[in-house]
Amino acid sequence: MSDARQVWLVLGASSAIARAFALVAARAGADIILAGRDLADLEINAADIRLRTGRDAVAIPFDAADLVGHADFVAEARRVADTATLNVFLAFGTMPPQSEIDEAPARAAEVILANYTGAVSVLHHLAPILEAQRRGCVVALASVAGDRGRIKNYVYGSAKAGLATYLQGLRARLFGAGVSVTTVKPGFVDTSMTFGLPGMFLVADPADVAKACLRAAERGTETIYAPFFWRPIMAIIRHIPERIFKRLGI
Amino acid sequence: MNWKEATLAGWGRSSTARTRLGRPERLAELDAAPRTADRNGLIARGAGRSYGDAALNDGGRTLLTTRLNRMVSFESMTGELVCEPGVTFGDLIETFAPRGFMPPASPGTAYATIGGAVANDVHGKNHDVHGSFGDHVRWIELILADGSTRRVGAADDPDLFAATIGGLGLTGLMRRIAFRLLPGASAAVEVRERRMSDLDAYLTAFAETRGKSTFSVGWIDALAKSGALGRGILETAEFAPAAGLVSKPRRRAAVPIDFPGFVLNPASVRLFNAVYFARVPAAGRTRIMPLAQFLYPLDAIADWNRIYGKRGFYQFQCVLPDAESPAGLRTMLEAIAAAGRGSFLAVLKTLGGEGRGHLSFPMRGHTLALDFPRASGAEELIGRLIRITRERGGRVYLAKDALLGAEDFRVMYPRLDEFERVLARVDPMGCFTSDLARRLKLKPAPMAGTA
Repeated sequence: MSDARQVWLVLGASSAIARAFALVAARAGADIILAGRDLADLEINAADIRLRTGRDAVAIPFDAADLVGHADFVAEARRVADTATLNVFLAFGTMPPQSEIDEAPARAAEVILANYTGAVSVLHHLAPILEAQRRGCVVALASVAGDRGRIKNYVYGSAKAGLATYLQGLRARLFGAGVSVTTVKPGFVDTSMTFGLPGMFLVADPADVAKACLRAAERGTETIYAPFFWRPIMAIIRHIPERIFKRLGI
Repeated sequence: MNWKEATLAGWGRSSTARTRLGRPERLAELDAAPRTADRNGLIARGAGRSYGDAALNDGGRTLLTTRLNRMVSFESMTGELVCEPGVTFGDLIETFAPRGFMPPASPGTAYATIGGAVANDVHGKNHDVHGSFGDHVRWIELILADGSTRRVGAADDPDLFAATIGGLGLTGLMRRIAFRLLPGASAAVEVRERRMSDLDAYLTAFAETRGKSTFSVGWIDALAKSGALGRGILETAEFAPAAGLVSKPRRRAAVPIDFPGFVLNPASVRLFNAVYFARVPAAGRTRIMPLAQFLYPLDAIADWNRIYGKRGFYQFQCVLPDAESPAGLRTMLEAIAAAGRGSFLAVLKTLGGEGRGHLSFPMRGHTLALDFPRASGAEELIGRLIRITRERGGRVYLAKDALLGAEDFRVMYPRLDEFERVLARVDPMGCFTSDLARRLKLKPAPMAGTA
């Protein structure tokens, strides 16, 4: 049971896209729960949202890698949201350079935990709550990197591909309950993750990506690329035959 | 936090620097930054709206504060806001004008940051009445060269506080700033525009409006000669009820390319100036407009600095003390008109008094600001204007400057020794430095080991 007041639970709320999303969602009239590891940082984000928008914003601790804690975390989020409709924006993830993972193979599992296992776990704990309230939206950040395994980024890319596949199933499950699930595949966005990386082009502003995410949630769009022009770019990249692609070294 | 190689420029695009650029998104990253300073030091940079080399550090490191732009707390009883240095004037107007508060002093662009406003002790069109930005700062949380954090204010290490206001980022990295917004604001102003036939008429009108009008600013036709020398348009403004003013979001035009050099020539600027002067009827006129449009007219055109082409431009801004203004301004305007180099962005304002910082620009007097395309002869002309400023006991505004020499600077800024004593105490090795600091010999040679 939930009322018309909207709450967005933002997971991984310190990231630039998440921060921008929380602000546009609050401007659109929602209250905000910021969840992440750096609680001191999130408290400042929450204060900023309250001051700029007049909406309510609070910060609660969340660690995607602490799978055991997810049940309690989800219960806490439901409690903080009170009777409002809970919506979920999932933005956490890490993208260390592929070379670092190649040098320390144990890091591969960490990347999968942070980008895939943690995401599936927390969303699976949230699913019954969303089914019970019979409305709401889930928006999760996958990546264009998940559309094709590339030598430069394939551990991260494969985790995001797995997440995209999981979201397809979750979408079908929650459809019957009137809950929409939106997969967002950002291209290059101007965040701390991409700042200073070589080979960046067509870099998007986090605020623009955030607006596109909220629009997609409001419309219940299944999958968006952000910015939109990544859809044709990735269509081309996906269709390069593997026997050629493996020689390109991209 | 990642670092990248970048080439940065001042807003005038006449000064550039190769630097290692970092952009903290959390305070913990900012806190760790002094440790990253290498031989060539570190400087904080906000929106990059200083015209010259104040936020450039060639061969060293630069920290962009644009993502540290959160508002932390606000007391509606006192108007006191605590925020991070990357918050912009646009953020303040958007958030607080509807609640009846406005920035206590505002530079000519809403894109400028609060960190930059403190570091340059910026002033606005209300300086006579409200002073400069630093006058409204309660405290600054500063990360020092040794990595420690200290809160400085009027009662809390007042010397370091005074060195930080207008201190060009050379005392440390600002973490948080507490300052008071002004109550009684509205999102609209009533603007009165009047033609000024010459410099004497201008100065007489300023003498009458000074301290009475909340805002005053004058545009001046720097190409007008002899009888019309100093003619222009004086704008005075008061807050007006915002009700009824449909504040539709302004469409922002943009300058898509660097204009070729011939676009701005004496003939085209003369034509612009004649049209600009004539658009206000001889009897004057009064209009209601959004506060932001009045405070930041140039923000309507994105990247307007590109109209000066690839070579960029210099901005010159000086202040002359009241007693010297009539003769000093006349000498300057004559020199500019004779050179045929007056730009169409020439501004005359009054300033009310000294700022609190050791290197604060304001003094009681008149301030003149002009752009000059970076073409042959421009540096000589600005050199002449600098000499006149010095002879008349005035000051050059460092936020705009790219050409002042160390010796002239020492004469214009009499509290420099106090500033340098503070630097010797808090940053003896020159961890924080910039191209401007090196040009004005404001710092010991970094890491020279002689301190």
